[in-house]
Amino acid sequence: MLSYVVRRILMMIPTLLGVAIITFFILRVVPGDIVEVKMRGDGAIVSVEAIEAERKRLGLDQPLGTQFVNWMTGLVTFDFGNSMWTGRPVIQEIAGRFALTFQTAILATLFAVLVAVPLGTVSALWRGSWIDYTMRLVTMGGLALPTFWVGLLLLMGLLWAFNWLPPLTFTPFFSDPMKNLSQLIWPAMVVGYRFASVLARLIRSSLLEILGEDFIRTARAKGASERRVIGLHALSNALLPAITVVGLEFAFLIGGLVVTEQVFNLNGLGKLFIQAIKNNDYTMIQGMVMMFAAIYVVANLVVDLLYAAIDPRVRYR
Amino acid sequence: MIARRTLGGRRECAFGPTCVAWGPGAAIGRRRAITSQLISANHDGQGASGEASRRPLLDVEGLAVEFTTGAGRLRAVDGLSISVAPGETLAIVGESGSGKSVSALSIMRLLPGRIARVVSGSIQFDGRDLRSMSDAEIRKVRGSQISMIFQEPMSSLNPILTIGYQITEPLRIHTGVSKEKARERAVELMRMVGIPDAERRLDQYPHQFSGGMRQRVMIAIGLACNPRMIIADEPTTALDVTIQAQILELLKNLSRDLGIALIVITHNLGVVARYADRVAVMYAARLVEEGAAEEIFARPRHPYTMGLLRSVPRLDRPRTGRLQTIDGLPPNLAKAPEGCRFAPRCPFRIDMCSKVPPLEPTDTGARSACFRWQEIADGAIRWEGEPDGGKVALERGKPLLSVKNLRKHFPVSGGMFGKPGVVKAVEDVSFDIARGETLGLVGESGCGKTTVGRLLLGLEDPSAGEISFAGTDLLAAGGDARKDLRRKIQVIFQDPYSSLNPRMTIGQIIGEPLRVYKLAKGPDGERNRVLELLGQVGLRPEMIDRYPHQLSGGQRQRVGIARALAIEPDFIVCDEAVSALDVSIQGQIINLLEDLQRRLGLTFLFIAHDLAVVRHISNRVAVMYLGRIMELADRDELYSNPLHPYTKLLLDAAPVPDPVVEKQRAARLIKGDLPSPVNPPKGCVFHTRCPMAVKECGEVIPQLEAKKDGHFAACIRV
Repeated sequence: MLSYVVRRILMMIPTLLGVAIITFFILRVVPGDIVEVKMRGDGAIVSVEAIEAERKRLGLDQPLGTQFVNWMTGLVTFDFGNSMWTGRPVIQEIAGRFALTFQTAILATLFAVLVAVPLGTVSALWRGSWIDYTMRLVTMGGLALPTFWVGLLLLMGLLWAFNWLPPLTFTPFFSDPMKNLSQLIWPAMVVGYRFASVLARLIRSSLLEILGEDFIRTARAKGASERRVIGLHALSNALLPAITVVGLEFAFLIGGLVVTEQVFNLNGLGKLFIQAIKNNDYTMIQGMVMMFAAIYVVANLVVDLLYAAIDPRVRYR
Repeated sequence: MIARRTLGGRRECAFGPTCVAWGPGAAIGRRRAITSQLISANHDGQGASGEASRRPLLDVEGLAVEFTTGAGRLRAVDGLSISVAPGETLAIVGESGSGKSVSALSIMRLLPGRIARVVSGSIQFDGRDLRSMSDAEIRKVRGSQISMIFQEPMSSLNPILTIGYQITEPLRIHTGVSKEKARERAVELMRMVGIPDAERRLDQYPHQFSGGMRQRVMIAIGLACNPRMIIADEPTTALDVTIQAQILELLKNLSRDLGIALIVITHNLGVVARYADRVAVMYAARLVEEGAAEEIFARPRHPYTMGLLRSVPRLDRPRTGRLQTIDGLPPNLAKAPEGCRFAPRCPFRIDMCSKVPPLEPTDTGARSACFRWQEIADGAIRWEGEPDGGKVALERGKPLLSVKNLRKHFPVSGGMFGKPGVVKAVEDVSFDIARGETLGLVGESGCGKTTVGRLLLGLEDPSAGEISFAGTDLLAAGGDARKDLRRKIQVIFQDPYSSLNPRMTIGQIIGEPLRVYKLAKGPDGERNRVLELLGQVGLRPEMIDRYPHQLSGGQRQRVGIARALAIEPDFIVCDEAVSALDVSIQGQIINLLEDLQRRLGLTFLFIAHDLAVVRHISNRVAVMYLGRIMELADRDELYSNPLHPYTKLLLDAAPVPDPVVEKQRAARLIKGDLPSPVNPPKGCVFHTRCPMAVKECGEVIPQLEAKKDGHFAACIRV
């Protein structure tokens, strides 16, 4: 078990290295570097010398290979470098916004799981009933409606019903939970709606499949109550595929809240990422991509470990 | 489908509490008292049960079950009446779709609720009506008084719960045992059903058990609460012959020792003969004959039973020419014939058969649903045998196909970091097949017989060895020569359901090889050739535009044969070609294969696990075990005078459909499971299970050598 985890962690290295190489070189291939954007961005006329000096200051005059090696040596010691735009360390910039996005992702995931598990189960058990059709309609909406639109709708609804809008500044959860939640619960619900839709449909179909299995018949033949059959025998098997989706979706949310953050005017990682891309802020983009990749890989590992803990057929090898 | 059932169940549950709330409390109390009495009586009733054992424990009267399908309603069971006494074994026999499993599920009230329902009849279990019980009441019966064992041991256990938990689950449901007590009981049960190393295996999961061991676990689950009746639905169909014998012997002994009433549902007449006291024969949803096993086998009084007994190849009788089969197919229940349902296939039908025959007592003490049972009893009507077509003389000497020292090793990866291993699927196999001959290849699952077939077909490349066909080295031949040779070797697969493309018509399926090899002149030429082939395999010409799903299993297998014949092969590998078919259909296909062999001069490699079928069709037989040939001899020599201990045990394990023979002979069981082919035993691969093994057997690999003229065996002890 332990050696399995160690091996899996070692296996992350080539994956992350690949991500690093691709990100680094693709950024350099795109025309227009950060200095151009920074100094000539508004159509200002700046001398070639000034630009060259700035490039030299940022180390962009060095050969690509050297730049890459420098960046990599930094990465190994968890030094992501300084933002080429603000000059502050990348780590600091990320840290300032991480809590908000992370918490929103957690809230969205919680919302999705709490809604989807009962919904998918009920829908499968009462297949073909009005509950099932309603659930399928609502989840179809979750898949089809764009998140930003649902978000706007929710904001308008709040304004219309309570003449109130969520606060704009982020309050850490532990300093004022109520205020914190009153800001983040809304984007979490909007994102969670789509998330829950995917999950509920998955749980419904996987539970239907499991309920047709022979071992469910065995359980009934033992005289087990329906509660026992569904709770112990069916759901535990049916939720296995859902674990994968929850893990990967959660990792996706860390980097994928871009649009929702815009709608709700949240100063999170998504917003930071967009800014970095607009500015061609190389170190910033690289640092964030590396972080997203790392979160994905870790989430994947957690999913696999959870899976192995629940399903004895999965072996640590 | 199951989910709908759940819904139904839930709804009844929702009404249940109301009933209890409004019903008289005294009645509930009384019922509880009776239940607990019954549970305590489960065991001590045995000694004093002389009186009770004559009274049936289960009494089913006029049971009828209806299914609602897209095509309308159909009766899956129509008027079934059976009874079982404590300690008695009743076998329900019938072909697929005859309603035997549905009957069992309706007794347990486990039918999928919304699509199936019991429309009439009564099911009395120990004086209580199971049909009118509430959901909560029937749940108290399930698993504690009546247990059920299902056909598929591979999928009938929950993959993510430990074996120990699953075995004791009925105890947890029905009694309030402590965890320690439950564990003790689980160990006791596992010992009882012969699972070695019980304490350790308790905490393992189903995937760590072999098929036979899982079926033992299923039996242990069934026994957990000391049930008074066990229903076993095809308990050994998915298992190998040697394991089948172990499981059935176990069930029979338990039933006898514990006084459990046993209902075994099966299509295997040998199993019935060996283990059943009484037999109920079902055909197209109806009971056609029911009575004591000895009588049913010796003096059947219904033409279907007679036909069924004639259709099976027998190990215990001299081989006759053609198998005597029942013509035609079982009816579609959605449009079943009026009157006697067997009439369209019955050689004795008369005008009267358009009425439904009643189930009447006959001279043998059995009951038969045939108007003419008296004439059958008097010997006034007989089922005449078919003429023997005779065998073609074999040209010995120059073999058509010759295999030398064939090996096939499959690498098995141990995962990304695991240790890789090798499965020796085929190890040092050599044999010759003469033109016009049939070589039978028998063995248990995983013995490598199918791999041998695939190597001959060129679907796999051998790791070592030679295959020569009609004097040419098949492996060295390249390009067109190879393609030409390959054309001469064709295959018929086991599964007639998955080996035909569902989107192609029968005409396209059979015509495809003609197009590939450009053997037909234009579309008309192809159509004519396909029609000719359909005629050869006994299918009507209008089948040419049908799709596979519109055909029955037997008809699909005929299509498979026609496809193999399309390009005029010399040699056909029949890989379990009749294993998936019902008894009466199996006989028809075997006859067809033999007729074709005579007419077209074909040579067969007949791969199968059924010893009786192989004996019937083969000229010579090779027995394989863990990748090696253990014995090879002429059919009659091998079956009458087997030399290798494995062959002997294999023949002993296979039950023959004759209760008199079966009940006299003691079971000689092969101990243990098949070893893993990744890690086969050293020396002789069979020595771990061999009753004759000595120390040397674990050291020397015995070579296949002639012990007599033309009789080869790989054993140092003969």
